[in-house]
Amino acid sequence: MAELVEGPIEVERLLAAAARPDCGAVVLFLGTTRDHHEGREVLRLEYEAYRPMALAALEQIEGDTVERHAVATCRIVHRLGVVPAAEAGVAVVVAAAHRGAAFDAARWAMDQVKRAAPIWKKEHYAGGDAGWVAGAKLE
Amino acid sequence: MKVTVLFFAQVRERAGRANAQLSLPEGSRLADALAVLAREHPALESLWPLVAVAVNGKLARPDTPLTEGAELALLPPVSGG
Repeated sequence: MAELVEGPIEVERLLAAAARPDCGAVVLFLGTTRDHHEGREVLRLEYEAYRPMALAALEQIEGDTVERHAVATCRIVHRLGVVPAAEAGVAVVVAAAHRGAAFDAARWAMDQVKRAAPIWKKEHYAGGDAGWVAGAKLE
Repeated sequence: MKVTVLFFAQVRERAGRANAQLSLPEGSRLADALAVLAREHPALESLWPLVAVAVNGKLARPDTPLTEGAELALLPPVSGG
């Protein structure tokens, strides 16, 4: 079950939920707010989503990840609203029997999040201006 | 029939609104709604080629028929993660 959350992502809870006796690997990926982009100082990111469609898209990605990569579980949590520098805006957690599949699956799931979910990211710069990050047309 | 239109991200900012109601003739398709929106929001002109449109939460093509109470969403290029 994917989640859209307004506050900090509860990483410990995600990891605890992912642990299972038939898995020897849990991979956690966090996408965090970077303080620079194309030479500009970034103070914070702000995420917006078309919530019902975004949630459905993330759940679809979770299911596709399990199916395509033969991993045990995939969970995706995306934060919305303001995310300050160094804090996580997205988390992908994959549990699998072996690490190779877990790493591959987490990477694939994250790539899908960036291109298939109606979520938008705005950068707020040190100069006081802001801009939407160039993205991918939904298909 | 009446349909609701949701505007997101740069589409919302350019149009200066987050949502709108449209009254359309019975039998209208998505392309008809988009023609009305293009007319009412000239500021969106340069964005249209990049905008995907969903009807009731699913990506839709211009020939998709609309029904009373449909929810349209104007979705500019996505950049989550």
